[in-house]
Amino acid sequence: MSLTMPVPAAGPTLTLDNLLDSPGGRELQTCIQCGICAGTCPYGDAMDYPPRRIIGMLRAGLAEEVLASDSLLFCVTCYSCMAKCPRGLRLTEVLLPLVKEQVFGRLPEVPAELQKALENTHRYGNPLGESPRKRSAWTAGSPVPVRVLATDSRPVDVLWFTECYTAYHPRGQDTCRATAKLFGALGVDFAILGHEEKCAGECARLAGETGLFEALTDANLKVLGKYEYARLVTSGAHAYDAFTHEYRALGLDQPVEHTTGFFAKRLERLKPLLTRKLGVTVTYHDSCALGRHNGMYDEPRALLAAIPGVKLVEMAHNRVNATCCGGGGGGMWLDTFFKARGQERLADRRVKEAVATGADVLAVSCPYEVSRFEDSLKVLGYEKRMVVRDVTELLAEALGAPEAA
Amino acid sequence: MNVLVLMKMVPDIVEELEIGADGRSLDLDAVRPIVSERDDHALEQALLLKERNAATVTVLALEAPEVDEVLFTALAKGADRAVKVTGLEPAPATAAAAAVLAAVLPKVPNLMPVDLVLAGCQAIDDLDGVLAPSLAERLGIPYLGIVTGVTVEAAGGGDTASVLKEFAGGTRGRYTVCLPAVLGVQAAEKPPRYVPVAKVRAAMKARTLEEIPAGDGGAAPLVEVTAMTKPEAAGKAEMLEGDPGAVAAKLVEILAARGLA
Repeated sequence: MSLTMPVPAAGPTLTLDNLLDSPGGRELQTCIQCGICAGTCPYGDAMDYPPRRIIGMLRAGLAEEVLASDSLLFCVTCYSCMAKCPRGLRLTEVLLPLVKEQVFGRLPEVPAELQKALENTHRYGNPLGESPRKRSAWTAGSPVPVRVLATDSRPVDVLWFTECYTAYHPRGQDTCRATAKLFGALGVDFAILGHEEKCAGECARLAGETGLFEALTDANLKVLGKYEYARLVTSGAHAYDAFTHEYRALGLDQPVEHTTGFFAKRLERLKPLLTRKLGVTVTYHDSCALGRHNGMYDEPRALLAAIPGVKLVEMAHNRVNATCCGGGGGGMWLDTFFKARGQERLADRRVKEAVATGADVLAVSCPYEVSRFEDSLKVLGYEKRMVVRDVTELLAEALGAPEAA
Repeated sequence: MNVLVLMKMVPDIVEELEIGADGRSLDLDAVRPIVSERDDHALEQALLLKERNAATVTVLALEAPEVDEVLFTALAKGADRAVKVTGLEPAPATAAAAAVLAAVLPKVPNLMPVDLVLAGCQAIDDLDGVLAPSLAERLGIPYLGIVTGVTVEAAGGGDTASVLKEFAGGTRGRYTVCLPAVLGVQAAEKPPRYVPVAKVRAAMKARTLEEIPAGDGGAAPLVEVTAMTKPEAAGKAEMLEGDPGAVAAKLVEILAARGLA
């Protein structure tokens, strides 16, 4: 069995074969088969082998049966099972990626949209299939000048890793412009990698395409190594996750922050600049990567609460109980696959809950969610009742005009 | 059964195309080459034949930037051999390439005779689809283009293939083709398969590309490009601005000036 995740510290590469003998695997052996993982999984009923059954099958030496089922594609790596496991087993960190890699390698056919996204990511460094040269095209509409390190390589405080949907998707570009405006207002010394930046690759890894993830980490670490910067700040929730947990093990030394955490840390300086009253009721959707996996529940809420005229209301499922938008682990490109199996899109499920709060704005902090939720709002006929905004967009709006900053 | 797949690189139009300094070719520094999409379908069709008929699949390409990765990818997907024709820079134009291929194929060790030659029926730099029929003519074997499916029945002795060809309006014809033959593939029976990056990397480590010199089998191009230009704006829209009354008056004036009102 092939390429897999490196085990932190020196040790043999962890594979499905030696999994149960590894420290993490011995821990998995202590599974009490309670089934909370399957119960909390948003697609648990659609999966032939939820984590509890996978562990049972591995113990019984029946791994091949598990790997032959493509239903693990329903795992959107939302970290729900891991967060709820009473034994504290690292299901989403250790077990599921290893099994998923093997499942992916055995798929008779990769679902078409996922295949295209992976091929695009390999060739162009972004799943949208856009020109790598246009990765910084959004800066043309930026309210403040944006330095690109390839053309001006002086040391910088904040190396801002924009990520793909933020750099290319029209609504993601709105987030980029908002973030640039906030950096400008705070007087942050920042720069981007532009065309040298490639997808951080977290979704490729968790879709099971670990070889692609390795190619992307190689390329990104090489480029990051060329420049001098004090901290890496990213707009991507999944990129933040990858940098914090995977790139770190591969030698990334600098501190890593998500834009939400970065601005929350500087809230005292930001607060006096937030002068424009928005007058809206906002509900916040916790991204799985930031929330359940990295415990970042308070930062986005603190930012929203600091905006004048924002009333914050919570959805029934929030923080550790928040339900996933369905975009993780390759799910971003599996809506057709899910639908063909008769399953509701998780973004639709989440949007219904958001609308039920009566809020005007659904605030998010992950670039996938803007397009996913906007699409769901349209499909369900709610587009006049609710809009989707990245937290940074709401902050930038509260700044008022750039010259006022 | 031996199946030969011809693959070639074309400009990737994800980037803006620019005209080169000579004014009659593309600026190749401004674009990245990519494998021609229909050639990828030709490979997929060959791999389907390999699965159904235990065919041996050889992929062959003329030397070009980034073609090595395309050939290794084909090996990772299941092709048995990959051959690169070297010594041709820059790559010859389509009709000349057919002449090169016809001359070089007999020189590839243990390749000929092949039962089927599959190539894309078109490429973005060969919209007339000249390559495959030109090659068939030079090899003196039949050609069928716009192909969307190929079946070879072992029971039939393997000397004919049942080939689907597409026509306008979704009409399709089924042909019996005597082998050997050259087929211009429009689309394989299913979309080209995905191959994990790790498998391509493994192929790059473990497999080798066979190289064969092109020799002087090339022919002078039959047509010559004399000039290449970007699309030019032939006219422009005039936007009428102001309040509706003023716009309407202006519009009437313009129409009257052209004798339309």
